[in-house]
Order: sequence, then C-alpha cells, then structure tokens
Amino acid sequence: MTDTALPQPAKARPMDWGAIAPFLALGSLAVVGVIVNTRFLSGDNLVNVITRSAFIATIAAGQTFVITAGGLDLSVGAMAAFVSGVTILFLNSGVIADPALLIAAAMGVALVLGALCGLVNGLTVTLGRIEPFIVTLGTMGIFRSLTTWLAKGGSIVIKSGDVRDTYRPAYFGELLGIPYPVYAIVGVACLGAYVLYRTAYGRHVMAVGSSEEVARYSGVNVARVRTITYVIQGLCVAVAVIFYIPRLGSTTSTTGLLWELQAITAVVIGGTRLKGGAGRVFGTIAGALILEAIGNIMVLSDFVSEYLIGAVQGAIIVIAMLGQRWLARPR
Amino acid sequence: MQAFATGGAAARLADVADVTIDAAPKADVQGPVIETEAVSRAFGGVVVLSDISLKFRPGEVHAVIGENGAGKSTLMKILAGHLQPTSGRVLIGGEPIELTGPAEAERRGIVLVHQEILLAPDLTVAQCMFLGRELTTRLGVDDRAMNAKAAAALARLGCHVPPTARVNSLSIANRQLVQIARALLTPHKAVIFDEPTASLTPVEAGALFQLIGELRQSGVAVVYISHRLEEVKAIADVVTVLRDGKWIATRPAASLQPVEMARLMVGRDLEALYPQRPAKRAGGPALSVEGFVVDGAPEAASFELRPGEILGLGGLVGAGRTELLEAVTALRKGAGRIRIGGADIAFRAPRDAMRAGVVYLTEDRKGKGLILAEPVAVNLTLAALSRFSRGFGVDRAKESAALDKAISDFDIRINDKAMLAGQLSGGNQQKLLLAKMMLLDPRIVIIDEPTRGVDVGAKQQIYQFIARLAGEGRAVIVISSEMNELIGLCHRVLVMRGGRIVGELEGADITEQNIVMRATGVSDAGAQAPDANIRDAHA
Repeated sequence: MTDTALPQPAKARPMDWGAIAPFLALGSLAVVGVIVNTRFLSGDNLVNVITRSAFIATIAAGQTFVITAGGLDLSVGAMAAFVSGVTILFLNSGVIADPALLIAAAMGVALVLGALCGLVNGLTVTLGRIEPFIVTLGTMGIFRSLTTWLAKGGSIVIKSGDVRDTYRPAYFGELLGIPYPVYAIVGVACLGAYVLYRTAYGRHVMAVGSSEEVARYSGVNVARVRTITYVIQGLCVAVAVIFYIPRLGSTTSTTGLLWELQAITAVVIGGTRLKGGAGRVFGTIAGALILEAIGNIMVLSDFVSEYLIGAVQGAIIVIAMLGQRWLARPR
Repeated sequence: MQAFATGGAAARLADVADVTIDAAPKADVQGPVIETEAVSRAFGGVVVLSDISLKFRPGEVHAVIGENGAGKSTLMKILAGHLQPTSGRVLIGGEPIELTGPAEAERRGIVLVHQEILLAPDLTVAQCMFLGRELTTRLGVDDRAMNAKAAAALARLGCHVPPTARVNSLSIANRQLVQIARALLTPHKAVIFDEPTASLTPVEAGALFQLIGELRQSGVAVVYISHRLEEVKAIADVVTVLRDGKWIATRPAASLQPVEMARLMVGRDLEALYPQRPAKRAGGPALSVEGFVVDGAPEAASFELRPGEILGLGGLVGAGRTELLEAVTALRKGAGRIRIGGADIAFRAPRDAMRAGVVYLTEDRKGKGLILAEPVAVNLTLAALSRFSRGFGVDRAKESAALDKAISDFDIRINDKAMLAGQLSGGNQQKLLLAKMMLLDPRIVIIDEPTRGVDVGAKQQIYQFIARLAGEGRAVIVISSEMNELIGLCHRVLVMRGGRIVGELEGADITEQNIVMRATGVSDAGAQAPDANIRDAHA
C-alpha cells in the first residue's frame, strides 16, 4: 500500500479459508452422516465410500491441472469408456498367454491410449486455437460414439474367466486392510500436488491460467504447458480405467456417463478457480469424497429419495460457488 | 437522468456536445463543490490516509500530487464514492453526504475519470460511452443519436476515431480519450482526473488541457492527479501535496515551482534526476537489426545498438515503437535480419530471444509483466524458473534468497515477502519487473516506458539502474513517450512515426524540439531548419 516498509510480522496473515473450506465441508458432512445413520462412520462404510470415489477422484485430479491452466475437458467420461473398451478388447485378444503379464500390458495400453486422447485434445486446443469447451465437446461425442461402435451397440466383456479372476483383486483386493483404489487416490493426489506446487512445470501451469500474456512475455511456452495438462488428464483417466475394468469386467456405451460433470464439480467444490490460475489438488480429492459421501448418506437415510442424488449434487456445486464468491469478497 | 437537478451553470447535460460553454466569469464567492473534513481511511489496521481536509471550489483546477502510496488514489476513491472514509466526512455543496457508491456520487455530479482503462473491448466506442445509459427511441436503442453524440464529445478532445469502431481496435491513447469523453457525458459539477495523460502524447494532452480549461471556465471543480509536475504547474490553480497519507501543503500553483513540488512530495531534496551517462565503449554492435518488417508496418526498419549504449526510441503513442521491438523479440510477428555480436540469429519464440540474452520489459506491467494475484517471489522467478529447479522441484530456499537479493539490489519496498505483486505500488512493480528480467542476465535490455505510473523517487532509482546496466557493458533500449527521459538518459535517440524510423539524434541534438518535429512530421513555423548534424534514418 505504501512505499515505506512497515515492520510487520509475516504470521499476521489471515487464515486461507478457501483452502480449508472443502475439508470443513467434508467434516460437517460426516457429522450429518452419523446423525442420519450411525453406520456411516463404520470402517467398512468409510472404506466403501472412498473406494467408490476412486474413479472421479483420479479423473478430477487431472481436471485440476486442465482447469488451473485455464482450460476445460468435457471429454473425460467418454474417454474413460473408450479407453476401457479398447483395453478390454486388448485383453480379449490374448496376445500374451500369461494372464498377469497380459493385464500388465493392458494397463500400459490404457495409459498410452489415455495420453494420446489427451494429446489430441491438447493439440487441437493449442495449435487449432479453439475454445477447449468446443474441442472437448467434440471429442466427447467422438469417444462416446467410437465406444458404442466398438461394442456394436452392446457391451464389451472380458471373455476369459481366467483373466477376469486375475484382474479382479485390483479393485476388490486389499493391502493392509485397505483396498488398492484407495492407494491409487493417495498416490495420484500426492504426485499431482507435488507436480503442481513444487515443480517449475506446475508453476508454469498456474502462471498460464492466471495470465497467459504474462506467461508469454516471461518466455513460457504456453501451448506446451496447456497441451501437457490435457495429457496429464488423459493419464488420470487411464488410471481410473485401470481400476474400473476389474469392477464390472465390461464396458458399455453408458460407461462413464456424466463423469465429466462430477469431475468438474469435484474440482470446483475443492476450491480450484474455474477460470484458472489457482488449483487445489487435495481440495479436489475432498470434493470427490464429498460427492460420494452425499450419495452414500442419502442411501443410508430414509427421508430423501436416492433418486434425488443428482439434484443434491447439483445444489452442492452452486452452493460451493457461492461460498467461493463469499470468501473472495473484498474486505 | 433528466431528473437531475442542475447545480447552476456548472452542470452539463448528457448531450454534452450541444451545450455551448458560456464564458461567464468564474463564480467568485461560491463555496466548495466538494470538501473533505478530517477524512481518514485505514485498510485492516494500516492507515493510508489520515486527517485530510480539503476544499475543491468551482472553476478551480486543484492538483493533488504525491508519490505512489501517498494516498492520492484512496482520496479520489473516497471523493467518488468507491470507498467510504473510516472517519471524517465528505461534504457536497456544504452538506455532509454519505456516498454509498460511485452511482450515488455520479448522481450528485461527482465524476471520476479512472487511470486504468475500463471499457468493454468488444463493444463499439459509442456503445461503451453510453453503456448503462443508452439513448432509446420507442423501437429500441437509438444508435444514430448515440454515435453522433459520441463523435461530437470525442471531437472536443481532438479525438477522431469513428464511434462505430470497436474499442479493441483503438490505441491505448484513444481508449483513454474515449474514457474521458464517456465520463464527461454524465452531468457533472466536479470532475476528478486520475493521471489522465499517462498514455497520451503531447498533442493529445494539449487537447485535454484545453478541455480542462473549458471545464474551469464553466465553473466545474476539477481535481487533477498527475506525476508530471510540469503539467501540474501549467494547468493547476491550486496544488495539494500528500505524503505517506498525510497532508503536507496546499498552495497556489503560481507560487510553486516543480522542483519545490518534488521536494515536498519526497520530503528531501532530489539530486539531479538523471545519472551521469556511462562512457561509450568501443567494439562492434551488440545488436543489429536490418530490414526488419513488422506485420502491418509500412516499411522495413534497421538500427544498430552498441554495447554500453542507452538508445532511446521516441515518437507518439502508436508510432510503432512497441510493435517493432516486440516483433524483434518474437512477441509478435515480423521478419528481418537480426545479428547479435555480428552473428546471425533467428528468434522463433520469445524464449529464444531470452536465451540469446535479449529481454523485453513490457510497457503493460499489470497485464503482461506481472501476475498481480501471485506473490512477489513467484513473479520474480517466472522467466528464469529453470535456474531455480533442483531435480524436478523448485528450490524454494534458492528462490527466497533470490528475492532477498532482488529486494536489496533494486530497493523493492515490501512489508512482507508473501505480498502479492498487485499490492505493490507502481514504482515497486516496475522494480520487480526489472529484477525479474535481470535474473536472465541479459546482454541486451529493452525497456518499454520504464517510468510510466512511477513516482519521482522510484523514477530516479530506475534511471540509475538503467545507467548501471549500460555501465556494466550491457546495451539498453529505452522506449519512452517522456521527452525529458530521452533527453536526460540516452546517448542516442531514434524517432519513429507511423511505423517508420524517421530520424536519429545524438548528443546535443537530442532536444525536445528536434524529437517533436520528427515525431509529428511537422516543423512548426518558428522552428529552424533541421541541424546538419542530424542524419536521416537509413531506410
């Protein structure tokens, strides 16, 4: 404010409510959960909620990068279905006899395909200079349609019972009493937070989302930074797919339907600014957990029909935005 | 709007262009239009304005000067209803009024012309000027009437952009003029100008001063904020000096020389504003640009820059100076031969230029230079982030050490290292931008408008930094619209007009008259023929 440097302790900074809000919301939701049904806080139920949130949480972690850099990816749900379909077809091809090796190779296929799908999105947005909303709306249709075509309008199922049984523990299995998908969430979140907060690339992501012009005038390769966020998003979708396939062992044209909306909701609830510049990876994970917990509480409770889950989740995103606006108000 | 109660001859109606200015003598014994009584303002415990009592009288141009952070902008925002005082009160027409917002202030005839450009870029000039107060007929908006009135209002400022032009197609200077014209469409008894000439050339500023003279004649109270003390001296009747949020002096402008104003603002005597020019160095050119064509420019430009040299680039706003050097550093499209130290080089992206040791410091500090919403340290290291990487991560300790060094090297004044760039004053932002680009250790430094919106004290420091860079053997290009800067700082000055380099001046030939003649392309009647020593630019 003034040019004279006043001696002012650095500690005097106000608490960053924006960062804490999603966790407070998650905490109060847990209280509501217990009031509704004491079973909510049981170990089994909590683990169940977290495990079920794994798909949205990992995808939303990737979406955090895209949104922080000022983009948007609407294609993630359709991409998940497409990657999942191709991966199952690879499993069915039986090119490798050993089921474990085949599954490992299939995971590699999923990751490469996810990265490629992301690359297509990213390059179209940056080189084509087209709004990400339009680009990913287009690819959403393409991925969804390709899946339906591959499934010939029906479903793609893992044929070999052997493969299915070998792969099954990836979703249902546990290590030290905790299901593997929970480790996936923690791993993706920690890696994502490290990349976004601690690396030069992460700093560039925030800079590009905050002010593309400043980034350009600072010699940052804006197009490359943006493109890579979409590749990260593709990889996150692939990770989600890797845990999704063993759950049902099949893909249909409705796999991943509306996941994009849930992922974007999780990101926004988590405190990431929708217009870019400020990303919160752990907030996003909290957001995904909030969405799943709401569904779970509604199933456990008797007063609200679970058919209204979508309405409640929709209300939550609007309330989260109002909260953000309120926290960001000039004081 | 029609219901606006006119406060005498002072009020002007929305059809500003139709009103003839009556040359009636100034109302002499009238009370102040607006006054502050012991007004103070604090932000979260920090007092930025304390106990200010001022009177702004009709028919008087009252300049408020002070360094950045002196509290001028806060005071203006209180007068215009954007902020409420923490204590004290504002009186309009002698009555205490609580201004709840800018709309309330405007309703009472208090109009603020903002320093920043606040126009919707995709709308036309007329649409912007009448935004929120559109003229309508029974069938809808009356574009014809609005266009005509907008054009007439702009013409009074000597601005001849078509009212149907989109704002984003205008130069910054013209946007500023549109903004001024827009403010004056509101019926007004008091008009507050916040650094209106910051992006105007002398010609445009002249038209503005004439308009201010007309406002004064018609009995409007004019409040004028500026860093340009010569300008204040020329147009103000009364000058108030603020320093560190406190009132220092209010005196008739006639009795106050610019040197004295500067002394009151800074609170100490300024040594000579400009440092000694570093000695020239021998050797081949550090940078040579040959036949460089910027997209949209009428012809190719060529120039050379020697090591240890400060080369000025003068001309009117819109003469193509920024465009040329942005194109040379690959920030916009252009093509031509560039040699550094004699070797040919091509820049395909801005970072190529940076790697080759050529940096460009933008004139648009807030929009392109710094991320205002990010902390100072993040801004400092953004361009040179790879130097702060350890393994995959950013080395925070090294970054923090670099910030400490920048703070001491460039005298950046911050209260707290976690401060956001947007919380710094203009001068400190400019120092931060300098520090940021110097982390790249460039050999060639291009600084566009180095002291725009910067207070006197920081200005002097920035000149010293520039001289030091040249003294270290780096080559510096200074783009500036301030004549004094070119004259006081540069070894050599190139003047551009309409996208061409039209003249080159060196040493004693660098005079205001010589620069203006080439920049405007007109030699005024009294002017002598150009000196024989002035070479014409090699086209």
